[in-house]
Amino acid sequence: MSKKAESTLKNMLLSLTCIALVASLSLALVNNMTKGPIEEVNKKKVAEAVAKVLPPFQEYTVDTVEVQMPKGPASMARFTAVDAEGNVVGKAVQSFDDNGFGGRLTAMVGFDVDGNITGYEILQSSETPGLGAKADQWFQKEGKGNVIGMNPADGMTVKKDGGNVDAITGSTITSRAFCRLVSTAYSAVSGDSGAEQ
Amino acid sequence: MKAKDIIKNGLIKENPTWVLILGMCPTLATTTSAINGLCMGLATTFVLMMSNIVISLLKSVVPDKVRIPCFIVVIATFVTIVQMVMQGFIPDLYASLGLFIPLIVVNCIVLGRAEAFASKNNVWHSFLDGLFMGLGFTWALTLLGIVREALGAGSFFGVNFIGGADGMLLFILAPGGFICLGLLMALINRIRKA
Amino acid sequence: MNLLNVSGSPHVHSDESTKKIMWRVNLALAPMLIVAVAFFGLNALLISAVSVASCLLFQWLIEKFIMKTESTICDGSAVVTGLLLAFNVPATREMIWLVIIAALVAIGIGKMSFGGLGKNPFNPALVGRVFMLISFPVQMTTWPKPGENLFSMVSVPTTDATTGATPLGLIKEEGIGAAGDIWQYFIGNMGGSLGEVSALAILIGAVYLLCRKVITWHIPVSFIGTAFVFSGILWLCDKTAFLDPVTTILTGGIMLGACFMATDMVTSPMTKAGQLVFGFGCGLLTIIIRNWGNYPEGVSFAILLMNSVTPLLNRWFKPKRFAV
Repeated sequence: MSKKAESTLKNMLLSLTCIALVASLSLALVNNMTKGPIEEVNKKKVAEAVAKVLPPFQEYTVDTVEVQMPKGPASMARFTAVDAEGNVVGKAVQSFDDNGFGGRLTAMVGFDVDGNITGYEILQSSETPGLGAKADQWFQKEGKGNVIGMNPADGMTVKKDGGNVDAITGSTITSRAFCRLVSTAYSAVSGDSGAEQ
Repeated sequence: MKAKDIIKNGLIKENPTWVLILGMCPTLATTTSAINGLCMGLATTFVLMMSNIVISLLKSVVPDKVRIPCFIVVIATFVTIVQMVMQGFIPDLYASLGLFIPLIVVNCIVLGRAEAFASKNNVWHSFLDGLFMGLGFTWALTLLGIVREALGAGSFFGVNFIGGADGMLLFILAPGGFICLGLLMALINRIRKA
Repeated sequence: MNLLNVSGSPHVHSDESTKKIMWRVNLALAPMLIVAVAFFGLNALLISAVSVASCLLFQWLIEKFIMKTESTICDGSAVVTGLLLAFNVPATREMIWLVIIAALVAIGIGKMSFGGLGKNPFNPALVGRVFMLISFPVQMTTWPKPGENLFSMVSVPTTDATTGATPLGLIKEEGIGAAGDIWQYFIGNMGGSLGEVSALAILIGAVYLLCRKVITWHIPVSFIGTAFVFSGILWLCDKTAFLDPVTTILTGGIMLGACFMATDMVTSPMTKAGQLVFGFGCGLLTIIIRNWGNYPEGVSFAILLMNSVTPLLNRWFKPKRFAV
């Protein structure tokens, strides 16, 4: 075995500094390589979600809106989609609710110009697999608790709370969170000139 | 020490999961499906292999008193590299494993092998040890993932085999992870000793 | 064995044996089975039969092929587990085969993996039930309406229209206005698991066990008493938000849990003081889970949680050594 470097202050400082330098250098290098792809992936994810929840459109613009949440105001990203002639075809909001069964539930919700739901996509959830996690299919057009085409202006609550949305079997809490999330998203598109014109 | 012994140690005799019982956090958290277990195992294998090589190279220049911080810096570097590459090029996998990738830094196996093996052995042996300890970890995680996915979701690597029926949810959740791990450990140690 | 057996005095032999005790428990469970069949029809009988048979089978298989020890299936403990397990599931047709999985978990994981009867820290039947509740939440909370499929195996409740909810489930969803007639609850005419519905049948069984000195009054009384007093205090504080204490103890699994599952000799404390604390904890946790938890019912969780502190209670409430 080769001889070990002695633990003098000079040796310790020197070796730690060198290793840290080399480490940060290599990280900077890798970061440089992956920064582009990571950004692209994130952008693509959002773009895909917007495309999925809205009717066909030419392009969209992004802005942020303040919405009122139980715990105070929060800001959400809003996507306004226009067709080739520049007419607004719909708006999508990246909305969330903090009271899902497993904490925060985030979804992209799309509305047409009348405020009817055109689609949704769960972006991030910690709901129970097999129960609350079914939310990604349940409320879709083919799902049992279809919400597509509904207008949250008429109220958006599960049947158990007197509303008109079929809750996921065994997952009332997730379903309630989802309804609140959609209502919040609706408040973000209906708050100003846009959806109701 | 022979290369053959190192390989055997990593895969069976001193298997990190079944025998050394190291790195239980990722073992329980990521094995909800076979593919997740496999990928987590491979990510850990990469980190283990690279950090073992580097630490074995550095063993004579690093003073004893600061060896642990040095090891951690090396390990953290490789983990961050894995994380960034995965995020950029395999985003789907990152979505399900993302939370646990940074935790490889504190996985006892990685630091354990650095301290117990790489800092005392030559580069070739350290590389072998890292690779096969990692593969030992990988097959354990994959097996656990296969069992939990089959019982919990009724599928094998994502291919459903029970039709519309429900799986036993408990096995996807944390308690099922513990139960499966315990029973598999008992079974494997029985086979190993027989 | 050739070892010299040294035990402390007194060396008086009693007529009791595990076998005798277990069969008395089985006899005490009979009234509940009769009531279950009366309310839920042949499904109830089938579920119980399948549950008992599979518990016996799994115990025999594990002892013969894995542990390689003498078979103990005749001691009746697997029958008790099987019956209690069946009493803890809804009487739907799906349960007839799902209960086989529950039996494997109860016997395999709940009992035999710890070394068999007397070594298990948790009540095996409850381990099986909680496993089912978490694994099959939909099937485990689909309740048939009592009386609707009397003597019939054909009607399978699958849609919301034909299933009844448990009183506790209704109250959880719709508020306490949904509570019904106390007398109906007492005789057991409500939705619920097989054996938990009829307080009357449970009391008959419990009185028999008390007379035969298989159980003592400490755990049931402190369990039900705590639940009664605690829910009473809550009810007096706010009558619109909390359920009254009489309905509280008559609905759900408190009666069955307090008389038959919390009193399990293996998993409850040995001393009287320990048993009182054990029952107190069960009652308190049950009411807490019912009122503030996500589940409408918390008896099984409460008992399992208290099972886990039983060794601690045994340590705290050690009887004083004689002449020290």
